[in-house]
Amino acid sequence: MSEEQPINTHTIAVLVDNEAGVLARVIGLFSGRGYNIDSLTVAEVNEDEHMSRITIVTTATPQVINQIKAQLQRLVPVHRVVDLTVETDSVERELALVKVAGKGNDRVEALRMSEAFRARVIDATPESFVFEITGNTAKIDAFIGLMVPLGLQEVSRTGVAAIARGPERM
Amino acid sequence: MSEKLTGAQIVLKALKDQGVGHIFGYPGGAVLPIYDEIFQQEDVEHILVRHEQGATHAAEGYARSTGKCGVVLVTSGPGATNAVTGLTDALMDSIPMVCITGQVATHLIGNDAFQEADTVGITRPCTKHNYLVKSVDDLARIIHEAFHVATSGRPGPVVIDIPKDIQFALGKYVKPETVRHKTYQPQIKGDMEAIKQAVDLIAGAKKPLFYTGGGVINSGPKASQLLREFVKLTGFPITSTLMGLGSYPSADAQWLGMLGMHGTYEANLAMHDCDVMINIGARFDDRITGLLEKFAPNSKKIHIDIDPSSINKNVMVDVGIVGDVAHVLEDMLRVYKSRSSEPDKAAMKKWWAEIEGWRARKCLAYTPDKKSIKPQYAVERLYELTKGKDTYITTEVGQHQMWAAQYYRFEDPNRWMTSGGLGTMGYGIPAAVGVQVAHPKSLVIDIAGEASVQMTMQELSTAVQYRLPIKIFILNNEYMGMVRQWQELLHGGRYSSSYSEALPDFVKLAEAYGATGIRAESPDELDDAIKKMIATDGPVIFDCIVTKDENCFPMIPSGAAHNEMLLADDQGLDVEVSDAGKAMV
Ligand SMILES: Cc1ncc(C[n+]2csc(CCOP(=O)(O)OP(=O)(O)O)c2C)c(N)n1
Ligand SMILES: [Mg+2]
Repeated sequence: MSEEQPINTHTIAVLVDNEAGVLARVIGLFSGRGYNIDSLTVAEVNEDEHMSRITIVTTATPQVINQIKAQLQRLVPVHRVVDLTVETDSVERELALVKVAGKGNDRVEALRMSEAFRARVIDATPESFVFEITGNTAKIDAFIGLMVPLGLQEVSRTGVAAIARGPERM
Repeated sequence: MSEKLTGAQIVLKALKDQGVGHIFGYPGGAVLPIYDEIFQQEDVEHILVRHEQGATHAAEGYARSTGKCGVVLVTSGPGATNAVTGLTDALMDSIPMVCITGQVATHLIGNDAFQEADTVGITRPCTKHNYLVKSVDDLARIIHEAFHVATSGRPGPVVIDIPKDIQFALGKYVKPETVRHKTYQPQIKGDMEAIKQAVDLIAGAKKPLFYTGGGVINSGPKASQLLREFVKLTGFPITSTLMGLGSYPSADAQWLGMLGMHGTYEANLAMHDCDVMINIGARFDDRITGLLEKFAPNSKKIHIDIDPSSINKNVMVDVGIVGDVAHVLEDMLRVYKSRSSEPDKAAMKKWWAEIEGWRARKCLAYTPDKKSIKPQYAVERLYELTKGKDTYITTEVGQHQMWAAQYYRFEDPNRWMTSGGLGTMGYGIPAAVGVQVAHPKSLVIDIAGEASVQMTMQELSTAVQYRLPIKIFILNNEYMGMVRQWQELLHGGRYSSSYSEALPDFVKLAEAYGATGIRAESPDELDDAIKKMIATDGPVIFDCIVTKDENCFPMIPSGAAHNEMLLADDQGLDVEVSDAGKAMV
């Protein structure tokens, strides 16, 4: 059965009424049914209609992915569920703030890397930088990996925001 | 211009406009304004239970026997937490229920106020939906919405948490008709392409089987009617889950009995061997499928369900149809009739011959006893002596529940109330209270176990207060029989804490409550005692002393396949159960 199925990562966009407890419902659904959450972001995207968009990155077998979508759809305040990975060609971005501390050569190297990754310096002291970097998850992972030996202190990431390409709206 | 009403008045007006005749509840500080309004009107009758769990099960019994929404009213904090079991029960069994909970005043929420509990937090995973009312102007809309959500689609419980200040505040009332939910719109009609595909499979089947569940009953009487028509038209065999009993008449020759862990030999083997399975409103629960890898291995599967998440959840199917059973069956029947071809007669003859062979095994036969009342015999006699009467059966949870399902026979839907999904001991008495409130003149019997009834026995006091002549028919084996049976099977006969020690004298207990107590200890006095129970014009506890160590057969041990079931005349219970099987509940 499910053991033979491959495990894939999907990005799912969920449009919900921005009402109290709606995020708890979504998170409770994932924890209660044992689904993975790799990343989750949420913010109001339509002020007039009080709608929020939740973007969830999850990893599971196709059968479980279908379950996740059906279970999300079942929540009363959910308007729409779109599997951006399957149903659309989509773009994904994440933003990270990366703090690196160091002196001498490491500091120069960190700055050089940040330029290669098009990260911006948004805070600097004589012995530290805070970089702002935007990109897909793999790019950010790569950048953080490179910073580890150069004095990586801490990271704050937004999680994935994603949207379908082309003119259509969700 | 509509005048302004208090929140509490809005609650009562909304209930009335929703056609609510009865609510089951228990008062407390956080709902006093609502109780004050109840006191001043006559449209909605309040039934005072003895424990909030009782209110929820009573509402379930009411709902299941009428098809209407059950309504509960409890106070904040402990009132709400006591309701959690019944909410979960209703969620698992898809029973429509609206539960109004009081909450501390809005400005106190989050301050650990007296009798404050995070009710929406606690009940989020055990309700279909829940609301915390933040403004009195939302209240009427929320109540109407709650009824819509609870009763439509796959039914379930909905909680409305109302802070006390909102019950006092003045606000506008809106009528039910004006409320339409923004997002919640369940799919009722099935997809015609899928229906045609299903009919193709059905028409070409050689070993077909209908497998029906609670969804048929939830869909309403028309669904049962259409099911009967379809089954007759095809000539196919039919089995049902515990939840679906009554949707097809058990007296009919095409009926194979219940399937699953304690289902009949013929139903389970037909399930195992079928080539086309027509699942109507059932959800491939683990009590039904047993070991998934060996579940009906050679079948094409059709699944009709109103809940899209039920399809392909446990078992991958070939044709999934999302929709309401009655609507889908209506379309299916039409498509089926429009085809000229009949089912393959020769194949059907062969299939039925096979089934008759399994039937001949007489899997429900048991060894009668002259001295001690066999529990199976007790249920058989109860059935024979109540047959043809206007009877409703509820149960507790355990062996007696399975014997009731096996030996009592149901001809119609909505006559059988049992806690299927959650398996809640203590369900039967309050559920019987709810059924009897809805059907004051009918014969309502809780087929019970002596351990289960002690969980909600206090509801007998409710029955006495409201003159509800429920009959509590206890199969008293002095054991938590089902636990004992599993210990015998899986734990070397070490009966750890499964003996019902220090039992009360149930006859005296009945009398203490102002009810009637009857006891039967031997088979020869059973019939007269049952007749006396039926003739008693008030609540009865019937203490039926049965064989203590009887096991419930047939049984599919956990982790086994349908064709590996145990029968009563097999040699004892010494089967090999795999470690994976032991880990299953
Ligand atoms: C609230 C609750 N607690 C525990 C259980 C586990 N359980 C299932 S059946 C059973 C024994 C029931 O005993 P009794 O009511 O005497 O019924 P019998 O099996 O003897 O017919 C128990 C403890 C349960 N189902 N519900
Ligand atoms: Mg017992």
